[in-house]
Amino acid sequence: MFEPEVVYDSRRVIPPADHARPTTERPWVRRLLIAIAIAFMALVLVLPLVLVFTEAFRKGADAYFASFSDRQSQQAIYLTLLVAAIAVPLNLVFGVAAAWCVAKYEFWGKSFLTTLIDLPFSVSPVVSGMVYVLLFGAQSALHPLLKAYNIEIIFAVPGIVLATIFVTFPFIARELIPLMQDQGNTDEEAALSLGATGWQTFARVTLPNIKWGLLYGVLLCNARAMGEFGAVSVVSGHIRGKTTTMPLDIEILYNEYNFTAAFAVASLLALLALVTLVFKTILEFRFGDELAGTRRH
Amino acid sequence: MDIRVDTVRKEFSHYPALNDVSLDIRSGELIALLGPSGSGKTTLLRLIAGLEMPTAGRIYFGDEDASSKTVQERNVGFVFQAYALFRNMTVLDNISFGLSVRPRATRPPKAEIRRRALELLDLVQLTGLEKRYPQQLSGGQRQRVALARALAIEPRVLLLDEPFGALDAQVRKELRKWLREIHDRTGHTTVFVTHDQEEALELADRLVVMSQGKIEQVGTPDEVYDKPNGPFVFSFIGESSSMPVTVENHEIWVGGRAIGLPAPHDAIGEAVLFFRPHDVELVEDGSGAALAGVVAASRRVGGTRRVELEVGGNPNRVEIDLPFDHPAGEKTRIAFRPKRWRVYPKG
Ligand SMILES: Nc1ncnc2c1ncn2[C@@H]1O[C@H](COP(=O)(O)OP(=O)(O)O)[C@@H](O)[C@H]1O
Ligand SMILES: [Mg+2]
Repeated sequence: MFEPEVVYDSRRVIPPADHARPTTERPWVRRLLIAIAIAFMALVLVLPLVLVFTEAFRKGADAYFASFSDRQSQQAIYLTLLVAAIAVPLNLVFGVAAAWCVAKYEFWGKSFLTTLIDLPFSVSPVVSGMVYVLLFGAQSALHPLLKAYNIEIIFAVPGIVLATIFVTFPFIARELIPLMQDQGNTDEEAALSLGATGWQTFARVTLPNIKWGLLYGVLLCNARAMGEFGAVSVVSGHIRGKTTTMPLDIEILYNEYNFTAAFAVASLLALLALVTLVFKTILEFRFGDELAGTRRH
Repeated sequence: MDIRVDTVRKEFSHYPALNDVSLDIRSGELIALLGPSGSGKTTLLRLIAGLEMPTAGRIYFGDEDASSKTVQERNVGFVFQAYALFRNMTVLDNISFGLSVRPRATRPPKAEIRRRALELLDLVQLTGLEKRYPQQLSGGQRQRVALARALAIEPRVLLLDEPFGALDAQVRKELRKWLREIHDRTGHTTVFVTHDQEEALELADRLVVMSQGKIEQVGTPDEVYDKPNGPFVFSFIGESSSMPVTVENHEIWVGGRAIGLPAPHDAIGEAVLFFRPHDVELVEDGSGAALAGVVAASRRVGGTRRVELEVGGNPNRVEIDLPFDHPAGEKTRIAFRPKRWRVYPKG
């Protein structure tokens, strides 16, 4: 006899019996813990965000928008966009290349390279900035050479770009490595066996396989590139209207007690954060299985 | 396309996965690489494809030395164990891929590529599914797409790694027959890897039995089954029973008694006797030399009864098949003689 009830159906939801729950907290304990978590998040995450916008609009919308007609703030916004526009594409290339090497090849020193990729995450951004000052600054051995060719790096835009690239390097590589390792080599091998060249294989097989993970990495990399303070602060020299990015500009305005302008610029960074968060959530929701499976930011 | 593998050795971090393997593959034949897991079948297949490079030795395609050619230059159709279909492409794009990546000079026009892809889709009996994505296909259908994709480049040789490994028994059987048909129709030289002896025996013109990075025996299914050249092949292919014996004076002896089987060798001393459980004849006990044992266990398998016998105080039991209505019970004494057997020197 055919009995439909016993047919295995993976879609059928089997409600877990209460006694089978792996966690055994009482309901009120659970509710209390959740409440504490929410209160904590409201205090340290939501409240500051709300404050940024209330401070920015304290003197009304006119004062808010007037902040952006200040030439030096405009310049800071422009420099931030410029730095991100250089650093993010470069890190896109470096990140894909590094992830490719680590995920698809076996070579001597691979685990060392993996550690190196993580270095910018583990080292304080201020130290990263100091390294560049030591490398290219007035005391360094390279300085006479740079001076001879009239190249300015420290206290100039190139230094800011370099520091930003360094600090944001891991985002894309770290997103891609587990993803590529997970996918293995066989798709690429299949493409090669069908006669595709290395570039065709990369463009038509590898890239489509990692595109959502890549976008995710770019998003995080961009958010950090625009928001980076520590490393940039060390190499920038804080020349208003020349070498200040938005985070540096905010600090200067704040120290000058120009709170409305400081929070107005800050509100832009906060908006960027919100937009990033929304896209990130959409990506995780829609393409969660095409992002790195093991780790979430 | 004849393929010659000439004393090929492949080491992964100093450990040899293939140990000086030589093999001649004839043009147009369907040949199976058969062996337990880890015996080096996939490695050999990948070396032929050019997905791995040998540590030593050469591989010839016809008269041409292909050893230093890249996988693209070798023009082989490779079907991967897990299909490796491109998940971001439709079935049609998957099949067209090999033609569409050709350099402009040799690339057929778009309409021609499409026509050929549809033709192949028809060959693998998937007409109408060209717009589907791989995730929307069953395992068997994916396997067919993978094969069509490999055939699209008009390969000089078709290489398949465990083509039916991930499918359930019913689909396996169908696809097996179907692969044979495709092979006969297209006439490609085909090498496929399997660890399933039944599949290899049923499908292949010739078998290559491998073990621990070496080729143990090459031959037609009948040759390999009827004349295994060593204990490994005898016990790996088909069912077998074995027991320790001695060979002296052109006779086989067990526990100091001749068992009525002539030995091909004069005297090799200690040896192992192999025979098939179903290939034995029963002998009236006491009427001449035979193997005699006491039934230790018996179970019915379909139309036969498989009994385990303890022969001459030997702790290893031997198995023989009897008609299922044979009245053999516990402790019954049974005398038998293998109809066909082989003895291999012990060691
Ligand atoms: N890429 C590799 N790196 C290291 N060892 C490998 C690699 N590929 C295969 N091997 C080893 O080579 C041996 C043969 O493997 P393989 O050819 O895959 O066997 P089979 O396909 O017969 O199961 C195994 O011991 C396996 O561990
Ligand atoms: Mg294998």
